[in-house]
Amino acid sequence: MKKLFSVLLIIIFSLINSLAIAGDDGKIEINGKNNGYVEANDCFEKVNRGIFAFNQVIDKIIFKPLAKGYRMFPQPIRSGTSNALSNLSSAVTVPNNVLQGQFKDAGVNTARFVINSTLGIAGIFDVASYYGLKKREKEDYGQTLGVWGAGPGCYFVLPVLGPTTVRDTIGSVVNLMGGDAWYNVTVINDTQYFSESDYYISRILHGIDFRAKNLESFESLEKSSVDLYASVRSLYLQDRYRKIRNIDKTTDTLSDDDWEELDSQ
Amino acid sequence: MKVLKFLIFFIICVNSKNITYAKSPSDLINGIVDEAASILSSEDPVESKIIKLNSIAERSVDINGIGMYTLGKYRKTIDEDQKSKYQKLFRSYFLKSFSSRLVDYTNPRINVVSQKKINDKYTIVNSILEATSKRPQVKIDWRIYTKNPDRPLIRDLIVEGLSLARTQKEEFNSIIQNNDGDINALFKTLEEFLIK
Repeated sequence: MKKLFSVLLIIIFSLINSLAIAGDDGKIEINGKNNGYVEANDCFEKVNRGIFAFNQVIDKIIFKPLAKGYRMFPQPIRSGTSNALSNLSSAVTVPNNVLQGQFKDAGVNTARFVINSTLGIAGIFDVASYYGLKKREKEDYGQTLGVWGAGPGCYFVLPVLGPTTVRDTIGSVVNLMGGDAWYNVTVINDTQYFSESDYYISRILHGIDFRAKNLESFESLEKSSVDLYASVRSLYLQDRYRKIRNIDKTTDTLSDDDWEELDSQ
Repeated sequence: MKVLKFLIFFIICVNSKNITYAKSPSDLINGIVDEAASILSSEDPVESKIIKLNSIAERSVDINGIGMYTLGKYRKTIDEDQKSKYQKLFRSYFLKSFSSRLVDYTNPRINVVSQKKINDKYTIVNSILEATSKRPQVKIDWRIYTKNPDRPLIRDLIVEGLSLARTQKEEFNSIIQNNDGDINALFKTLEEFLIK
């Protein structure tokens, strides 16, 4: 069984790397440092566009109204919910900090998790920030694979869950195979303190919280976009690239090459 | 003598209006942000706000430069007629999309934090859009084209690390690519957007 699993992993890794340098059609180029490119292929664009349209309908009839309803709650309730969900994500961020060699961040995130889970009452209050332990970027297994050199592979859209790549999907599968302590205590071990539903409720709340924070920006994108699918794909890939490179400064994210020849003054 | 003094004073006054001082990229953004905030918070009708916002954009954004950038590799394959048609369409598209995005905001508060010169042509201005009860704080960086230091122009907005010009470029390229490289498909899409 272990051998089979290893072979499967090797095949998947080869697939990721070979797809990352595949042909021209549907290629999305994201600038890298030193003008290098990381490429993601939209291998199944027609299917993806269909799933994207389906997700748009789901969003319109379920998530958008829920997000609008969520917005009706007072700000402290929304902040508390957002803090608690962010605290739970430390269960994935900390091991990924370690896997990426970010030991200082792993220490800070662990301390934040302990303080916020206890003094901050299950993470509702961000007490750790008050003690000078500022919030760090979230990390996941997809990002770790990227840091280790795996290319994104095919870009595709999952029903309800939205945009992803082969690499990021594998990262999500790692969560379900023991990589997420929150999933382990709720779904796998099903302790007397937590039930399976706690995990799924937290995931749904996370989706609604994210949607509520982006209501205006997504509406504005919908209004001004001439190909919404392509815009979302571009934004997703740019965002993942930035997160994998742990880039904070704009000057590090953009190559000047594309602009070089455009002299209009 | 009095006439001479008056004449010198008059000449200095008239000429001082024609002197242009190099504007720093941060000053450009601060100026735009203040002007836009005053327009958006005014009681003016929406149409009047749109006209005023568009006038800011025409003055301070390199619309032609962005237009050519968003064409990507296709800018090398179009002829002069197509180029001229595209520039006209893109200008109208840009202004419509720009004002429709902004006009919903009532009083956005943007604070310029710092600026970094990348090279002689570009400076990045870093700013923060303050949080409201509806959304968290947003980091906005502005790519300013400074080849002519007397007239710096905005070429890109990078919101939380995501480049809007790049997104636009990939959107346009997707349309052209999905129509076998035919630029007319993009023209048609833009025309449809403009009459919506």
